[in-house]
Amino acid sequence: MTELEAGRAETLVPVRSGAALQRYRDVLIALVAFAVLASLPLFTGSKALLDFLIRCSAYGLFATSLNLLVGYTGLTSFGHGMFFGLGAYSFGLIMQKLGVPIPVAFVATLAITAVIAAIIGAICVRLKEIYFAFVTLAFQMLIHSTILSWASFTGGDQGLRGGIPRPVFLGINLANHVHLYIASCALLILGLLAMRQIAQSPFGYTLRMIRDNAARASFLGIDVWRAKLTVFVLAALFASMGGMVMALFVSGAYPEFAYWTISGEGIFINMLGGVSTFLGPMVGTVLLLLLNDTVTRFTEYHGIVLGVVILFFALGLRKGLLDFVADWFAHRRETGEGR
Amino acid sequence: MDLDALAGCLSSSACLVTQTTSGLIIGMLLFLVAVGLTLIFGVLKVVNFSHGAFYMFGAYFAMTAYQLTGSFALAMFAGAAGTAVLGLIFERVFMSRVYGADVLMQLLVCYAFVLIFDDVVRIIWGPEFKSMGMPAAFQVMPLFIAGGVVPPYYLLLIGVALVAAIVLGIGLSRSRIGKVIRAAAHNPGMVSALGINTGLIYGGVFALGGMLAGLAGALAAPVRSLTPGMGFSVLIESFIVTVIGGMGSILGALIGALLLGLIRSFGSLGFPLFTEGLMYLFMVIVLVSKPTGLFGKEAA
Repeated sequence: MTELEAGRAETLVPVRSGAALQRYRDVLIALVAFAVLASLPLFTGSKALLDFLIRCSAYGLFATSLNLLVGYTGLTSFGHGMFFGLGAYSFGLIMQKLGVPIPVAFVATLAITAVIAAIIGAICVRLKEIYFAFVTLAFQMLIHSTILSWASFTGGDQGLRGGIPRPVFLGINLANHVHLYIASCALLILGLLAMRQIAQSPFGYTLRMIRDNAARASFLGIDVWRAKLTVFVLAALFASMGGMVMALFVSGAYPEFAYWTISGEGIFINMLGGVSTFLGPMVGTVLLLLLNDTVTRFTEYHGIVLGVVILFFALGLRKGLLDFVADWFAHRRETGEGR
Repeated sequence: MDLDALAGCLSSSACLVTQTTSGLIIGMLLFLVAVGLTLIFGVLKVVNFSHGAFYMFGAYFAMTAYQLTGSFALAMFAGAAGTAVLGLIFERVFMSRVYGADVLMQLLVCYAFVLIFDDVVRIIWGPEFKSMGMPAAFQVMPLFIAGGVVPPYYLLLIGVALVAAIVLGIGLSRSRIGKVIRAAAHNPGMVSALGINTGLIYGGVFALGGMLAGLAGALAAPVRSLTPGMGFSVLIESFIVTVIGGMGSILGALIGALLLGLIRSFGSLGFPLFTEGLMYLFMVIVLVSKPTGLFGKEAA
């Protein structure tokens, strides 16, 4: 169905002639980024740094997938964190109960997420703006309450304890810290690359058109509901990947992963980094995690510090950091040419 | 799941009365918070994510005033008036800067204040659970209605909330200020052109909303424990109330709050672990069948 829309969209939205070139460039950047990240353990033995980057991978996948909804499609989801929690829980449960190899559990979790996201999305994406936000929030809390109350299966408020088994697969031992780190980076880079392809594809431009003028998109023959549902499910898959990385990292799953605050943090990360650039959420992720880590080290009142920083971004810059930088560069280039 | 307990309660008048009153006080407190939320949304078109903080401050103000003066009436006044002033300052200094901005930006400012206010309370009053205690005037024998136990304080609480609902409803539909507020909600540019200070109205509505939440907090202080972050669950529940009742509708907030209160009190018997889940399920059902809420107006 996306091909069909893509075909239509292509005639509507002029895709840049250098699309193939840009794709090669993206792949090249991804390869270089992965090479740099993967060679990091050769230079530093710092466990804290690697831990930090693993957490960045988990949150980065989640936040960037949320940006597909918020930034590209204009769907402000307050419940995107449910798929983060869902990924963590279903991955953990499959590994604990069935003992299958990790890639099998990985694919199975993605399949489960896709089905659930399709059902929830089918209900939600019909609704507009603030109502969409609240229904997604309600579903998030519904899943959170289910996890809490179905204690015999999910461990209730204690979370999924006892550790997630991490059997060796093709020589990759995720119980080994460096292996886990490299696997997380690989997932992050692959996920980002895939999301970049979605964002730059004709389907991605269809989403931007829906964001800017859904009625017009509909007049032009695009099935808006279908396109929104498709991106809702796609975004859920990447969020679920983030959840799986998190579950592997902490070797468990906790109800907080499915609590609405995760969604709130995702929105916050997006605002911090900026929603109009692809890498904005990634910048936001690093900023928020750095901020959290440093502030909690210095004061127990990190709420005040975090709040003031948010206010600085919201009232001072009025946009995310990367948006601000991008605008600043654009402005400078313009004035530079004018001279 | 414990459906036997629920069925047993429904067949006993004593249990029925007890559960209904406890549902009503949950509902009435929720109504006071939610009606402020819905009022602010209706007029300012802002979803006040920090509304729970006003509930929290109301409770803490009331507790401090009660400890200082020993007067319950003064404690209620301190809770309501203190949060009204806070709401006015908050709106004029911060929220008024982001009216034209993205909804996300408004949410972000509110989110920042949720974090800040919680820590402010932690610094001033300490992180531990506090309790205001039941005022001496209400430490009397509970009433027995059809075998059910009803503490007199519950009746006061329900009465105050009902009075607030009636005054608000009549004030908005009949009084001059109410008409101006409704006009400002409809077309602020026109109201402003007619020489009315809309900034003052926005500030006033925000203060009124904050005051109602503060009053709810003050009323809840004798029966609930006080802790930083106590506003949060109330905030989420009053969101559900406004969404179920329809954003911007006062009657909707009342009905939604009472329904939710009853779901909570009876749900805790039948589904002790899934009570919260029931509320969200109810919200999903309402929104799917009628996206604008039970009493919401269709978007133009």
